Amino acid sequence: MSLAHESYAPLRGRLVTPVTVILALLTLPAAWFLLQRFIYGMGAVSNLNNGQAWGIWIVFDVLIGTAFACGGYALALLVYIFNRHEYHPLMRPAVTASMLGYALGGAAVIVDLGRWWNFWHLLWPGYANVNSVMFEVGVCITIYIFILMLEFAPIALERFGLMKWKKLLNKVMFAVIALGVLLPSMHQSSLGSMLIVMGGQVHPLYQTVLLPLLYVLSALAMGYAIVIFEGTISGEGFRLPRETPLLAKVGRVLAWVVLAWLVIRFADLAWRGVLPLAFQPGRVSTMFWIEIALYAMAVLILFIPTLRKIPCMLFIAAASMLAAASLYRIDSYFVAYNPGDQIHYFPSIPEMSITIGIASFEILAFIILVRLFPVFPAHGKSKAA
Amino acid sequence: MSITRRSFLARILGSGAAVASAATAGAPVAEARGNKTLPPKAVGLLYDSTLCTGCKACVVGCKIANGKPLSTPMETAYLDDTKELNPDALNVIQMYVNGTPSAKDREENGFAFFKHSCMHCVDPSCVSACPVQALQKDAENGVVTWSRDACIGCRYCVMACAFRIPKFRYTSAFDPDINKCQLCNHLWAEGKYSACAYVCPTGATLYGPVEMLHKEAKRRLSLKPGEKFRTVRGRIDAKKPQRTRAYTVPNYKQHIYGETEGGGTQMLMLSAVDFHKLGLPKVQRRSWASISETVQHTLYSYLVFPAIALAGLMAITYRTARVTEDEEGEET
Ligand code: SF4
Ligand code: SF4
Ligand code: SF4
Repeated sequence: MSLAHESYAPLRGRLVTPVTVILALLTLPAAWFLLQRFIYGMGAVSNLNNGQAWGIWIVFDVLIGTAFACGGYALALLVYIFNRHEYHPLMRPAVTASMLGYALGGAAVIVDLGRWWNFWHLLWPGYANVNSVMFEVGVCITIYIFILMLEFAPIALERFGLMKWKKLLNKVMFAVIALGVLLPSMHQSSLGSMLIVMGGQVHPLYQTVLLPLLYVLSALAMGYAIVIFEGTISGEGFRLPRETPLLAKVGRVLAWVVLAWLVIRFADLAWRGVLPLAFQPGRVSTMFWIEIALYAMAVLILFIPTLRKIPCMLFIAAASMLAAASLYRIDSYFVAYNPGDQIHYFPSIPEMSITIGIASFEILAFIILVRLFPVFPAHGKSKAA
Repeated sequence: MSITRRSFLARILGSGAAVASAATAGAPVAEARGNKTLPPKAVGLLYDSTLCTGCKACVVGCKIANGKPLSTPMETAYLDDTKELNPDALNVIQMYVNGTPSAKDREENGFAFFKHSCMHCVDPSCVSACPVQALQKDAENGVVTWSRDACIGCRYCVMACAFRIPKFRYTSAFDPDINKCQLCNHLWAEGKYSACAYVCPTGATLYGPVEMLHKEAKRRLSLKPGEKFRTVRGRIDAKKPQRTRAYTVPNYKQHIYGETEGGGTQMLMLSAVDFHKLGLPKVQRRSWASISETVQHTLYSYLVFPAIALAGLMAITYRTARVTEDEEGEET
């Protein structure tokens, strides 16, 4: 295998465009409501309650947000572990998006912690409870945010011409990358394991000791899906040469991951003997089948070569995959979670504004970073091999 | 660079260990931790729904003992209408009503009371869930306590507790606390005990060592319905126990709620109405804390798996990363 000599360049271009202005405007209400949250408390801005104690700040911003940020993880697995160098050109944009996604996921945690000033207890030996799944999640995500920054560092060092430093960093990059594969495998599975201790409050269609495996596999799938999704949008948005053949290949990898996920999901249901519950009408079973339908659609498109090579179909497959795995998270924490009381939870407008603001900020930061830093392959040279 | 068969195998193993080590969770696990067992000097409450008159003295008594604001002035404390647990109510009496409620302790066209407060689980989900040991179970007496100093306000305990006990104060920005019954252990120093039991006129809520309470519960279940029996009120282990008047033995359900639920609890309940109809959840005998911790420690025990996975991953990335990273971005 010969290696392409890759070079990257900032996209440059105007920073103030209609898109960036809209994104910036969307962060304003979030800033206002965040201020209120920290002055008047969580109850002042959110509909969180003691029936549904975790709302969209946790499930959307952290659970789904970090899974959307698994592109860097999923690609690193392909590029470095399975040595598929041809995917390397996709690596930098993925790492950039992952760094932002995780950093903001971490920020969202702080927003959601009632006693946020004690956050450090999670990392402190005298306080930390190693039996708690959330302890693992907290520690692991904190470290991973730094790992992602280290993975992004070469891009920044290159930008400022600090090649000596970059060379130095590259010497230990292997360890950084290895941790960058290990850590998400750990905490993305734990995000599922967190449900186990909630026990019978989680519907049997969702409560299983295989939660860690199902969560990490679906995070991996979301990682590949987001590479396709974001690759397509960036390609159009920044008018880059189309990467469709490469993205279609990612699509094929994705297809196998999703298929494995579906097999494990149904085998688990059958093995635990709760499959019949999926056929009892109700909220949970309905959502379950919507999820499965979305997964199935993604798999179908991705397994048919002629279909997955059509950019638009590939995009639809990736989008439906992202929707399916997001729904899986929403369903397991909201729909399938029933503590017994009549729980009423629907996010309030300020609550949603904060989530929207965080997402907008993330996209805005991505646009600015790729315009200023060498994230995307330089035009024309990306496929020089 | 070509991949030799051996390095490919290493690759599969390395990534397999990292990505799919979670799979072992499904297999029979080597170090499965079983349910925890009752602490040696476990204390708790016995609540007998059939003896409860719904006077709610315990609701008010609990608030006073724990420095919580009363919902009505003391002169009219009997009007307290707290229906559900909240950050300022650690104990409420709830009511089961069916049809035209004309008789107490009857499932059809009847009514019954039940006490909703922390069960002080033998193997509590809240303690297992709490990432910072803010919730702890005392190794001696088994009381489950919360620490204001440690808590980060993540509300995992609220999500985890099958009995819907911990209540978080969303209205506070600077001191949002988790509120749950701590069995009035702050009164022990003054020689006092659980206020709810202390004020209960009939002995429906009785305080004491769990083993004594359990024996008493079994005794009541063994009595013949319709016969007369006496019991004690306040605390069961008092030097001079306060005897109650004679009661008629009700049609008890032959089950002590809390004997096995969630691995057992230090609050035990008796009732003549089906416990689940009263609103108590069905909780399996194997504690969910033990399942969760078994899964977690199988994956992470002493970080052995992660360490092996990391070593495997690094062995691979040591080569792949160098090749790749040195080639890229030489020019800007
Ligand atoms: S009832 Fe809930 S709050 Fe009380 S000890 Fe059990 S799990 Fe913890
Ligand atoms: S809210 Fe506090 S007590 Fe409850 S789990 Fe989180 S840190 Fe522990
Ligand atoms: S033991 Fe104390 S805190 Fe607990 S319910 Fe009774 S009075 Fe309230």
